[in-house]
Amino acid sequence: MEILVFVKRVPDTESKIRVNPETRSVVEDGLNFVISPFDEFAVEEALRLREAGTGKVTVLSVGPDETTVILKKCLAMGADEAVLIKDAGRETYDGLRTAKLIAAAVRKRFPQFDLLLFGKQSVGADNGQVPSMTAELLGLPQANVAVKLEIDGGRGVVRREIEGATEKVEFSLPAVVSAQKGLNEPRYETLKGIMAAKKKVIPVITPEELGLTNDDIAPRVEVVKIETPAARQAGKIIPGSPEEAAKALVGLLRNEAKVL
Amino acid sequence: MLLVFIETRDGKIKKSSFEALGEAARRAAELGAPVAAALVGPADAGLDAELFARGAARVFRLESPAFAAYSAQDYALALKTLADEVKPAAVFLSATAMGKDLAPRLAAKLDAAMASDCTKVAVEGGSLEFTRPIFAGKAFATLRLKSAPAIATLRPNVFAAAAPCGGTGETIVKAVAVPDGAVAGRVAEILKESGAEIDVGEAEVIISGGRGLKGPENFALLRELAALIPRAAVGASRSAVDSGWIGHSHQVGQTGKTVSPNLYVAVGISGAIQHLAGMSSSKVIVAVNKDPEAPIFKVADYGIVGDLFQVVPALKDELKKIFAE
Repeated sequence: MEILVFVKRVPDTESKIRVNPETRSVVEDGLNFVISPFDEFAVEEALRLREAGTGKVTVLSVGPDETTVILKKCLAMGADEAVLIKDAGRETYDGLRTAKLIAAAVRKRFPQFDLLLFGKQSVGADNGQVPSMTAELLGLPQANVAVKLEIDGGRGVVRREIEGATEKVEFSLPAVVSAQKGLNEPRYETLKGIMAAKKKVIPVITPEELGLTNDDIAPRVEVVKIETPAARQAGKIIPGSPEEAAKALVGLLRNEAKVL
Repeated sequence: MLLVFIETRDGKIKKSSFEALGEAARRAAELGAPVAAALVGPADAGLDAELFARGAARVFRLESPAFAAYSAQDYALALKTLADEVKPAAVFLSATAMGKDLAPRLAAKLDAAMASDCTKVAVEGGSLEFTRPIFAGKAFATLRLKSAPAIATLRPNVFAAAAPCGGTGETIVKAVAVPDGAVAGRVAEILKESGAEIDVGEAEVIISGGRGLKGPENFALLRELAALIPRAAVGASRSAVDSGWIGHSHQVGQTGKTVSPNLYVAVGISGAIQHLAGMSSSKVIVAVNKDPEAPIFKVADYGIVGDLFQVVPALKDELKKIFAE
């Protein structure tokens, strides 16, 4: 199996997010960047599929030079190769732009593959657009939000999460699959893996090398405003015994907040 | 025209589709544009009247034998075929499991820019602006989409559905040619989770539990509470999920679901930043925690400092009383 996994560099989930209204962007100073958590499930799934058979796992990311840190982590987890598709650092919120970069890279550099794996969304932009868009641009079937993936010959079966249930999606390979939490338990890097990853070179591809012009990748999502929500005010602490407090609470929810 | 994709499940229109239709109707009134609804695949004839009653002037029924089971690529083809013909300014879908799967495929097919999981839509200077949470609600971005059409998914439970009125409209049936040998990949089967609970993303009330519950068996207390309240679901903090106490589909927070119910009850949840991000847009928040210093109290409208194993049963008794009335 030839597997390509796409990962994104994002601020970790413990981050306090500050915004700069002037530049209409998130302030990156002081943020700790990690591989987007859902992408880790995708990397782990690729490694498991390779271990169950043969083949190669190549991890790719669209991002600035600093993205090599998370690509090294993927190599340390056990990926065979990593490639950076170099892009300016600024978040555009334009999923189709990213998908076009990815589709061009796949067509030009990795035409032979069985599976494209993604996280179901990046933690941060929270768009969840790129897997389906890439599938469409490459004319592939898609199975998103996978909590279980089985590959048998040229076919795949995914159980994907929907509201209060799972759907079984059947598809032919090659295909796009995006990972949801629950798909697996990602491994930690080993010391040996970290040492080996240090020696590996991460090739860099530019949009020009993919034949994309500035017009092709001009963002079509205009950020009008970025703001943090007004802080919620702490409300009432309801005193009394558990029974008294419960009674008072239900009364307030019913008569004051009117939500029951 | 604003076009709204209508999702059905078990033959009924989803509540979130009525919400998307309601918002489309309000914004279309500002733009002076008509509103149309699109049904893909087999749907009961009576559904059209429900859509006319809630704001649609036209209902497009897109038909092909291929649409019997959902497939993102075929459904996207249906909507693209329609969009190419009617040239909507925007296509709205609900940010449900299906909408999130389908909308980006459609956007790529139409070479259109997209805004995901919007919580506000406005008309500014004659064009649409979409506001959506980023970092699960730690911040909000307002976006303008420079494409025609613009594609947007709207978060369930945020927008109001229009109250049904006696509206009438026009039904237009269109046969869609789905080429043979189109990309394979479709839903073979839907497997309900045991208990078939409501999903936290769609629930109007969420009763959520964290480490304070001390073990998986105590989620039963929350399930009993949720069972008493209409359209209530059980949620969980990341630590409860990562401890294996409850399935990840219940997780609320940055690596789980971002939710906006009318009422969010956090039981035994301290309130880590990544959890607060996922639930701070709830309309009313209640916290039950034995630690008065827990960060959850800083965002809660109502708090009870106490032992949840005493407070939850007392709440259950009180709820039984009011719902028995």
